Amino acid sequence: MNVALSVARKDLQIEWRTRMVLARVVPFALLVMVLFAVALDSEPLVLRAAAGLVWLATLFSTMLVVQRAFDIETADAAIDTLLACAVHPARVFFGKALALFVQLFALVVVLVTAAMVLYGVTVSGSRVVLLVTVVISATSGLALVGTLYGAVVANMNGRDSLLPLLALPVLAPLLIGASRATEAAFGSQTIDMANGWAWVGLLGVYGIVFGAAGSAAFSPLTESDS
Amino acid sequence: MTNSVASDTTIHLSNAVVALGGFPALAGVTFGVGRGELVALRGANGTGKSTLLRLCAGLVPLTRGVAVVAGVDLLVNRVAVRPHVGLLGHRNGLYGDLTAKQNVQFVAGLVGATASDVSSALERLGIDQRVASTQASLLSAGQRRRTALAALIVRRAQLWLLDEPHAGLDAAARRELDVILRDATASGATVLYTTHEIDQVVGTPRTITLDGGCVASDVAATIGSAP
Repeated sequence: MNVALSVARKDLQIEWRTRMVLARVVPFALLVMVLFAVALDSEPLVLRAAAGLVWLATLFSTMLVVQRAFDIETADAAIDTLLACAVHPARVFFGKALALFVQLFALVVVLVTAAMVLYGVTVSGSRVVLLVTVVISATSGLALVGTLYGAVVANMNGRDSLLPLLALPVLAPLLIGASRATEAAFGSQTIDMANGWAWVGLLGVYGIVFGAAGSAAFSPLTESDS
Repeated sequence: MTNSVASDTTIHLSNAVVALGGFPALAGVTFGVGRGELVALRGANGTGKSTLLRLCAGLVPLTRGVAVVAGVDLLVNRVAVRPHVGLLGHRNGLYGDLTAKQNVQFVAGLVGATASDVSSALERLGIDQRVASTQASLLSAGQRRRTALAALIVRRAQLWLLDEPHAGLDAAARRELDVILRDATASGATVLYTTHEIDQVVGTPRTITLDGGCVASDVAATIGSAP
């Protein structure tokens, strides 16, 4: 656990120093939200699509954050030092996923706030608990899948384009689940709270599956045989 | 996981073969290195020096043969050797956005070293407060190399594997590095380092030369005076 926390702290220290998420990813995600609203050009339609737009913007932004998280490891072969120090590579996986979670969580909070301001979404009462749970479970899933697929493409040429090509199809179930559950939290007429919680359950299973797969596969994926 | 190789032997390789993408980067290497030895590894580019270091660090798999490092059979579990080994590769393995000190602190955190270990390693490598608080990407090549060496020192590894450690260092830093390596061996660590330069192996008690992925010569003492 100490190794995981050290890795997470290091990644967050680098983010704090470079402000990459704050300076580039957040403006990008907000721009996506604004452009969607402009493209849909209908208040009821935007209100209905708000949950999906939040998670779509988050999904696209995740690709940027994951890319950055592995660029810092490969730039000066720091990943070798990291793996050479870590007897259990799974701890490195969870450390990187934790740092990614913190950054994405902050991003989603900004985007949900933006949805309230831009789209007029309101959340009240018990729906707040559902919304917070959805954000935590979906962001965990994003962080775990992002870390796994970031490791898959880390040593590949053309990884900038490969990451979304490989990861986005796998993230489709998460996008659906998070969007539906968030719709329930936003008080949509098309889905009730009970169904929203059912989607949260699915997000939990999704996170557990990819957490297990990532911890098992991280070592062979990051250790190039060359 | 452990092997019956003599306890005073840190590296035992017998017909060790490492194939990278089907190409035998090491094509049957046999030699042993005892505890506390300082050994230089020479050879032209592409003769397998770096692969040999990465094999010993457990970073590339052994394809065939026997490789026992720090008592760990690499064919059985190469990951288990890592706590015993410190590797400094061609590249420094630093995070350019962190300061020199933060880089060393990070490695210290991974291996459970203390803040005083970090301070003494930085001091040992002549990294003053100004350099320590400078972002690694802004440091000179020599300062980055020193930082990477400081990170290696805090690991307190049994086996030091250094790929061209003198590269990028000025004359004073090279001399200091030689002292550090001798001190490390005096305290029981084993050091295996690669070099292209004949001057650098002068004074090293033993030099192994690789050619075509095999051991071409293994000389127990070099001519000349100590550096």
